[in-house]
Amino acid sequence: MHADPTAETATPSSTADAVRRRLVRKGRWSVAEIAFWLVAAATLVFLPERHLILNEIAIIGLFALSLDLILGYAGIVSLGHAAFFGFGAYAAGILAKHGLADPLLGLAVASLATALLGFATSFLVLRGTDLTKLMVTLGVALLLGEIANQASWLTGGADGLQGISMGPVLGLFEFDIFGTTAYAYSLAVTFVLFVIARRIVVSPFGLSLRSIRDNPLRARAVGIPVNRRLVAVYTLAAAYAGVAGALLAQTTQFVSLDVLAFHRSADIMLVLVIGGAGYLYGGLLGAIGFKILQDILSAWTPQYWQFWIGLILVVLVLAGRERLTDRVKALWPRSRPSPDGKAQALPVTPAREV
Amino acid sequence: MRRRTVLSAAGAALAILAFGGAASAQEAMKIGLILPMTGPFASTGRQIEAAAKLYMQQNGDTVAGKKIQLIVKDDTGVADVTKRLAQELIVNDKVGVIAGFGLTPLALAPAPLATQAKVPAVVMAAATATITEASPYIVRTSFTLPQATVPMANWASENGIKKVVTLVSDYGPGIDAEKAFSGAFSAKGGQVESLRVPLANPDFSPFLQKVADAKPDALFVFVPSGVGAQFMKQFVERGLDKSGIKLIGPGDVTDDDILNGMGDVALGAITTHHYSAAHDSPENKAFVEAFKKANNNMRPNFMALGGYDGMHVIYEGLKKSNGAGGEALINAMKGLSWTSPRGPVSIDPQTRDIIQNIYVRKVERVNGELYNVEFATIPSVKDPVKAAKSN
Amino acid sequence: MLTILFDGIAYGMLLFVLACGLAVTLGLMNFVNLAHGAFAMAGGYVTAVLMNRYGVPFLATLPLAFIVPAIVGLLLERTLYRPLYGRSHLDQVLFSIGLVFMAVAAVDYAMGSQQQLIQLPAWLQGRVDVLGIQVGLYRSFIIVICGVLVVALQLILSRTRFGSRLRAAVDDPRVARGLGINVSMIFATTFAVGSGLAGLGGALGAEILGLDPTFPLKFMIYFLIVVTVGGTSSITGPFLASLILGIADVAGKYYVPSLGAFVIYTLMIVVLILRPQGLFARAR
Repeated sequence: MHADPTAETATPSSTADAVRRRLVRKGRWSVAEIAFWLVAAATLVFLPERHLILNEIAIIGLFALSLDLILGYAGIVSLGHAAFFGFGAYAAGILAKHGLADPLLGLAVASLATALLGFATSFLVLRGTDLTKLMVTLGVALLLGEIANQASWLTGGADGLQGISMGPVLGLFEFDIFGTTAYAYSLAVTFVLFVIARRIVVSPFGLSLRSIRDNPLRARAVGIPVNRRLVAVYTLAAAYAGVAGALLAQTTQFVSLDVLAFHRSADIMLVLVIGGAGYLYGGLLGAIGFKILQDILSAWTPQYWQFWIGLILVVLVLAGRERLTDRVKALWPRSRPSPDGKAQALPVTPAREV
Repeated sequence: MRRRTVLSAAGAALAILAFGGAASAQEAMKIGLILPMTGPFASTGRQIEAAAKLYMQQNGDTVAGKKIQLIVKDDTGVADVTKRLAQELIVNDKVGVIAGFGLTPLALAPAPLATQAKVPAVVMAAATATITEASPYIVRTSFTLPQATVPMANWASENGIKKVVTLVSDYGPGIDAEKAFSGAFSAKGGQVESLRVPLANPDFSPFLQKVADAKPDALFVFVPSGVGAQFMKQFVERGLDKSGIKLIGPGDVTDDDILNGMGDVALGAITTHHYSAAHDSPENKAFVEAFKKANNNMRPNFMALGGYDGMHVIYEGLKKSNGAGGEALINAMKGLSWTSPRGPVSIDPQTRDIIQNIYVRKVERVNGELYNVEFATIPSVKDPVKAAKSN
Repeated sequence: MLTILFDGIAYGMLLFVLACGLAVTLGLMNFVNLAHGAFAMAGGYVTAVLMNRYGVPFLATLPLAFIVPAIVGLLLERTLYRPLYGRSHLDQVLFSIGLVFMAVAAVDYAMGSQQQLIQLPAWLQGRVDVLGIQVGLYRSFIIVICGVLVVALQLILSRTRFGSRLRAAVDDPRVARGLGINVSMIFATTFAVGSGLAGLGGALGAEILGLDPTFPLKFMIYFLIVVTVGGTSSITGPFLASLILGIADVAGKYYVPSLGAFVIYTLMIVVLILRPQGLFARAR
């Protein structure tokens, strides 16, 4: 709508204009995106029998989205993202157990608490190679898991945190046994946070993150405060993961030690990579694909479903995962060719190396 | 190309599921069996599933005019998955009973659901004492750790053991066992020192060294079944058996499932438990034989028995309630008593926990294979934790 | 005290044999092979099956526990791994996790989910008193075997023609290829040896660490810790790291049992923050 070809001159202000126009254009919603969310909303009505697993998908989708913020956009690999997920879950669970049963209050507290934790631990991941980061984040998650195990007076230890009873959402909607309220609640929260994340990644802040990811040295050289940006996004992602964990705690009304376990961090990494990192929808699509596949396979063969999941992963990689996800990504506006033909203006974002 | 085959396979699987769901008869009683079928506790799930299927095979699939249908789900040992599966089974599959539950948190997570939906939940494995208090719809057919542990403490103090070190895995059942043992043993004037090992612990050697340094008369040990073998081997490797330290504990450490593979290191260990595959009764001989025949010569352990008796409780409860579910079924289950392969048992009407004999056993070689041979019986033991509360 | 040290060394040695193959693939070939534990498991199962079903003596199974995973590793390297050398690490993680899942389920299907147990020969059981220290025979056996392996590996890497070629191929595969070194062949051999060593480690560790289908997942974290803390640029780094971790783990559990599991993770985080490249990485 601001397209004005006469502005294509070499003055600094016109460059700023061009960038601004580009960002605005990227910020527009495409048909595929609107359709995606409409379908998601429609499942509330059309798939009443599947609300429980859909609730889990929404939560995992949000969790994967949070990992995408740091992995896909800022290039920080993490094998310990469950630290924040679990911390949020315990924060919300403990709060509800002690009488503060309002779900939204729980979300707010959980997100603040995990943001603090994220801020504190973000300084650990600023240095080192990818492998180092993987192991440091993993170590943080394992340590938290041990702490939760030892502090059984607070967390219930290995037996899990019991006695959570949640109040109604907004004081109106009780959580029901069919999981409808739970799903609607998780979906709404996921959607709101998605919109915020979408806004952030197309902002100049998001742009600076991607330039850090693609080349930290150059980013530093052009004056981007690299460390500060990374700390900021890591804190944000932690808060997102905390909200996802809080949603799980509130909708299942139970928290056990495995919210912090290694397999949760590893699974979420798989989900994100399957869906494709670096375009926000990757986490959501990965969550849908992974959970549905797992549900079908484990209903079919409860003992050996892992074999088929493994086979699918192997085939997926050998068949060229990146090509597949790139094709899906082409549905979103960012990868469409820009009308002014400036294809080089932004780097395309293939899933980056760990 | 290959991706397409995968997709179509997935589609086919979906179609089968959809048809399978539609074909179920109206007069069916569905039982949702939720177990860890993969992951570190998979062997628990396997034993229970095999036993439940064996029971159905032996007793037919029609009870009180209802066709019994078993739906097995894998919760991978993760509590929130157990809860979701239970919820899906109740809401979508309309199951009349949920059962299984391999570990304490896995049994506690769905407990509120059982209350809310009035669906009886039969706990076939998890052994923390408090589980049956989490919902009035929970019935247990396995055992509680204090139930198996307190007799051990009594036996030890009666047999000249004065100083004991306890070594337990650091989680619900382990702590239960530790508390029950120390409480009962020090009440009899014994001296106890406690050690806890992390649940995920590849190497016991440092803890065993501590035991060796403490020089107790006996080492009381509780580790989840499966880890027991490693523990035994390291116990002997460290020479603790030769320095005169007796190995005692509830029967998890000499689990029948792996006992024979442990070899001579296990010989002489004294345990108290509610079931041994070597229990001498016609019911048990028939059970062990049928179980081995159906499962490629796998020996049943106490997990399998929990599953087998769990199915029995469901069947008998349905007979008594004339096929009605919900509250009628749970009330029918209360007070049931029968002769199980483990001996005479009954369901305590107050606590819905199982009352059973606890046996003192010693590992011996019988016909070339290692077994827990029972040599003393403490009849009709109630869960001591809940019994103490009600007094 | 000295007994604790001894146990820690044995544990560390075992970790090293299990993990050194991973150090090679990760550090030298830059391939994130999370399926490494699956090869270790294969070795363990070779030993368990041969001993329990066919009555082969323990020592005789050890070479096979090396050879079988090595051959499997070689085959997989030639067919599946090789196309992925140039791919992103995320792809490699996804692929090797997939392999682990398949291995876990397949072993479960073939062998059942219970623990596999082996009977050590009598001369390896028990312990003896050496200069006042209680020494486990089997642990001494592990230390001796692993010690020999470490020396041999170090000699091969630093003294033989193959070693120098390997180092050249790692430092710069293109130049190495230009000099007429068959890089692909070297990688395949290295991979096979790494897998074989893991298998041997699995066979040796079955007695102490246990062996069931979830082995590769259970110990993946330990392997990764050894490799990252030790750094991936040499054999000595992971070796020293294994020893430190083994001793710290055992001593931590002995002296502060309530903090048992904290020790190893805290140690790792501290080391990685102070030395992001690993404790013994060469300066680059």
